[in-house]
Formats: sequence, structure tokens, C-alpha cells
Amino acid sequence: MAAPFTTDQQKKFDEEIARHLSRFPEGRKAAAILPGLHIVQDLIGWIPPEAMIQVAEKCESTPERVREVASFYVMYFLKPKGKHVIDVCTNISCSLRGAETLIRHMEEKLGIQMGETTPDQLFTLREFECLGACGNAPVCQVDSRFHMDMTLKKADQLIEDLRKQAGKKS
Amino acid sequence: MTQFSKVLTKDWFKPGSHTYAGYKANGGYEALPMALKMQPQEIIDAVKASGLRGRGGAGFPTGMKWSFVPKDSPKPKYLCINADESEPGTFKDRLILEQDPHSLMEGIAIASYALGVHTSYIYIRGEYLEQAEILEKAIAECYEAGIFGKSVLDSGWALDVYVHRGAGAYICGEETALLNSLEGKKGWPRLKPPFPAVVGLFDAPTVVNNVETINTVPTIIKMGAANYAALGTPKSGGTRLVCVSGHVNKPGVYEIPMTLSFNDLIHKQEWCGGIPGGRKVKAVIPGGSSAPVLHHSELDVAAEYEALKAKDNMAGSGAVVVMDDSTCMVRALWRISKFYAEESCGQCTPCREGTPWMERILRKIEEGQGEMKDLALLKSVVNAIAPYPPIGLGTTICALGDAAALPVHSFVDKFRAEFEQHITEKRCPFPHPFGILADEGVRK
Repeated sequence: MAAPFTTDQQKKFDEEIARHLSRFPEGRKAAAILPGLHIVQDLIGWIPPEAMIQVAEKCESTPERVREVASFYVMYFLKPKGKHVIDVCTNISCSLRGAETLIRHMEEKLGIQMGETTPDQLFTLREFECLGACGNAPVCQVDSRFHMDMTLKKADQLIEDLRKQAGKKS
Repeated sequence: MTQFSKVLTKDWFKPGSHTYAGYKANGGYEALPMALKMQPQEIIDAVKASGLRGRGGAGFPTGMKWSFVPKDSPKPKYLCINADESEPGTFKDRLILEQDPHSLMEGIAIASYALGVHTSYIYIRGEYLEQAEILEKAIAECYEAGIFGKSVLDSGWALDVYVHRGAGAYICGEETALLNSLEGKKGWPRLKPPFPAVVGLFDAPTVVNNVETINTVPTIIKMGAANYAALGTPKSGGTRLVCVSGHVNKPGVYEIPMTLSFNDLIHKQEWCGGIPGGRKVKAVIPGGSSAPVLHHSELDVAAEYEALKAKDNMAGSGAVVVMDDSTCMVRALWRISKFYAEESCGQCTPCREGTPWMERILRKIEEGQGEMKDLALLKSVVNAIAPYPPIGLGTTICALGDAAALPVHSFVDKFRAEFEQHITEKRCPFPHPFGILADEGVRK
């Protein structure tokens, strides 16, 4: 089975998960499964089965148990995702302030539907449940960073900026 | 009544309020030395006397929860802070974490000393990444200042505090699901009893408290339990935070006296300043999307635990969602039901099967395909999860089932004509069933 990490990534994974494992009593190391999965996703963008096996070994658990956990929580990607993930809240407070329009606008702008990834692998767009910023509705998160009081103009700017950023790097 | 003064949020939005130095300059960390001179039982008694009630949603008296922890257990005890804020409409804990994290730190130190806890975990929802980073910084500052570590303020009391990130699951705000998640399992709630106070994290005695609850503890110690209690009503001490969102001029988190009515909160200039565009209120969700909705004729009730309970309603998480007269109640309820269908953990059949069924019926009605018999069907599905009133008749392990059912009962009963209009006209009669974006143009 292919190694999930490069040498550098492996070193980082080992260090970071050790820090979390030390926080829990003996015989309870499975508690580090959620942090372990976060570490994997931060390193390589998603959680391949090979990495689940590593998390299981470190956490004195089994790959089956790790997969069960990984598939329960919506923040873990079990398939490769776009470079940037845009989560738009459409729950009640955001919808009352126009989130449905915001979603349609972003779908058009990116040429994809909710839940899809752009062909250039730059964006994944998702409809998301309450993000806890209802006083600044509508809100979205890009790569887990908040963008509040969204408007059509702000949405355009956000996408343009990320496209420009990507253009510069390539 | 004396002039209302804020005790929890007085230093919010001051520069540096989130740093150790800023908190200390504003009078922070004065309660902890006072607490360390008290006996643990005296602290628990003070919290009981303060009338503080859990601010996560259930409103259970905090001092009583603390007193359930067995004193003679040979196992280690744990304090878990519930920062899994995800009840739709709720955002007060996020602001506490951003503006006043050290009040939470001080509260953790005091509560841990009172409860005999040496290890505390802050379980924060995964989406709050920036807030988790703020907490990590605050914790590091506390270790440096000797607030946490081998000897809390040289008292000989050892305390370690860790941040633990969730990964996106509303159910993990339920305290036993939170414990399972913290143990590295999927977030399925546990059957109670045994209660976490006896068998909690790692099978050891555990107290799970909401961020705002623990955030309030230093204030209680500092100003004295009786003075804190006097700010509130006989059964609900102190002040509380509400999060107002939806169709108001000034949405946000407000610290309010327990006696404030929803009408005053929404319309008075010093609070939310009324409804945009001079429109009228149609309905208000008083305590998070799980609470029964209030009709606009019911808004004289105080935004407080007992007053709402007397109306078969709940103060919940303090999330007040205001809907003006342009709002389609069918669409609003459909959106809420979609949330519960998405977030049901799948453990209990009535909730797992019932919540998507509710969502499908409501979507059908909103899209103009509904039939009159659908309203009866909807009621029967909802009654299988949790009949109402009163609150608390749910047939499932945890309260998510009740939470999904309560809004349906109230929306359909109080706004039945709107549901029937959708069915008879075979369409949604509202040009903008929800609000519009700020730059979307003028409302037609």
C-alpha cells in the first residue's frame, strides 16, 4: 500500500499526533482520533485510507473504527477536494437575509452545483449548516475562515481574489 | 428596579480584551485568588445560591449539577467545556471566545478547584478554527502566568487544560455525544442514567458545562452570589446573553436583564432598534431553532427561563430569530426541518426516519404540491418523535428528536392558514419567501 505522506509530512504527522496523544490517559488513546484526522487533512487535503491506518495504529484503535469516525463528521473529506472549500450557511438566520440568492450566485459564478468541485480543482462549494455567526448573516467560510455580512459584490471579490492567488502561484 | 448594568460583557470590544494583560487590566483574575481561599464546597454553594442556570440550552441549575459529582470517587474527575455551539441562531459563545477568553480560563480554574478536577478539555466545534487558535493562545498565556500547570497560583492544585476540536456534527453539543466524540467515537448520545456526573468521560465523574456558564463563574465569586442572584429573578439568577438575528436593525449579542420582554428587546432603540423597512414582526423563535415559535401576539413574555416555561416554551440557547411579515412560514419551517434531517445522528428510529420525512412533506407543500392530508400526516410523523405540549415527551435517547418536533407543532398550529394557502393556491404566495441580500436591489 502506498505511503500517504512524504518524509517531511510523516515527521510532522508523528510529532503533532504525539502532542495530542499525551493529553489522554493510558488505554484511552483513541481520543486522539479526531485530532489525528484533522492533522492528516491539514497535511494532504483529504483523508485517504492509508492515512486512516496510520491514525489507527497511533491511537491504539482499528482502521474500521477510524473510518466509522471519519465518515460521521462532515468536516472530513474522504475524497480529494478542491484547493479551497467554500461553505455557505443556508440555515434560518442566513436564509432570512438572502443566503439562497448568495448560493445561486456562487453556483453561477463557479459553474458548479452545491457539493461539486470545479474542473480545475480550485473550488469545492458546499451548502453548510449554521456556522454560528447569525448576527452577521449571511455568512460563509472559506477554508475555515469566516466571511461575514456577505453581498453579491463581496462574493465576486472573494472568488476573484482566490483565482488571482492561484494564478500567481502557478 | 435598579439601573441595569452589564456584568458579563462590560469589557467586550475594548482593545486587547482577549489577552491576559487586557483581561487583568480590566479587573480579571481577581476572583481566582478569592476562590482558592474558599473551601471547594463553599464555591459550589455560592454557585447554587447565585441561581446560575446552564446556558447551553437546557437551563439546568449549575450548582446542582456540580453537587452530583461524587466526592469519594477513586477515579480522576473531568471538566468538559461545551464550546460546540451549533444551535441555529446561536453565536454568543463565539463572541465570548473572541472577546473574553480569559474569563472562561478563570472560570475553568475556579470550577476545577471546586470540583476536584485536574484535567479539563474544551470541546470546540471544528468550524471555530480561529476561535480555537485564540483559546490555544489564552491557554499558553495561562501556563506562563501560573494560572494553569503544576500549581495553580502556587496553591499546590495542579490543572491541565486542553482544546479539543470537533469535526462538524450538531449532535456533539448534546453532552453525552460530546463525551463520546471526545473519546474518539462517532457522536452518538448515551442512554441516561448513568449521568455524566457519575459515569462521564473515560467512565469517570465528569461535569459538562457551556462556555457562557463557566464564563459567568468568576463574576459570581467576585461580586458575591447574593449580589449576582439579585440581578435576576428568584429562579433565574443574574443576567443572560441573547443572540438576535434575522430581520432586526441591529442584530448581535446582547446581555439582558431576565425581565426584558421580546417586544422591548426587538423594538427598543437601546436594544435591536426595530425591524428594517418599517415592516412588522410576524414571528419570533425565542431560544434557538429547537424552540417553539412565538406568534407576534405573544411577544410580551420575558426572555427568561420560567416565563417561557410557563408558556410551554423554552429560553434554550438564547438564540432569538426574528421574522418579519414578508417571511414565508412554510419555507422557514422547511429550512429548519432540513437542518434536523441533516443532523439526526441516526441512532433512534423515530428521529432518523421521521426528520427526513418531515422535510419531504414541508418541501412538497412549499413547492405547491401539497395536499390537505399532508398536514395531518406531518402531525402524525412529528407526534411519533415527540408529542407536544409539554416539552420533553420525546421518544428518543436524546433531545434532538424533541428539538426537531417542537418547531413543527408550533409553526403549523400558529400559522395554519399560511400552510393551507400554499396547498389551495398550489404555490408559495410570497414573492420573497425569505429576505434579500443587501445589494440585491430594492424589494419588489
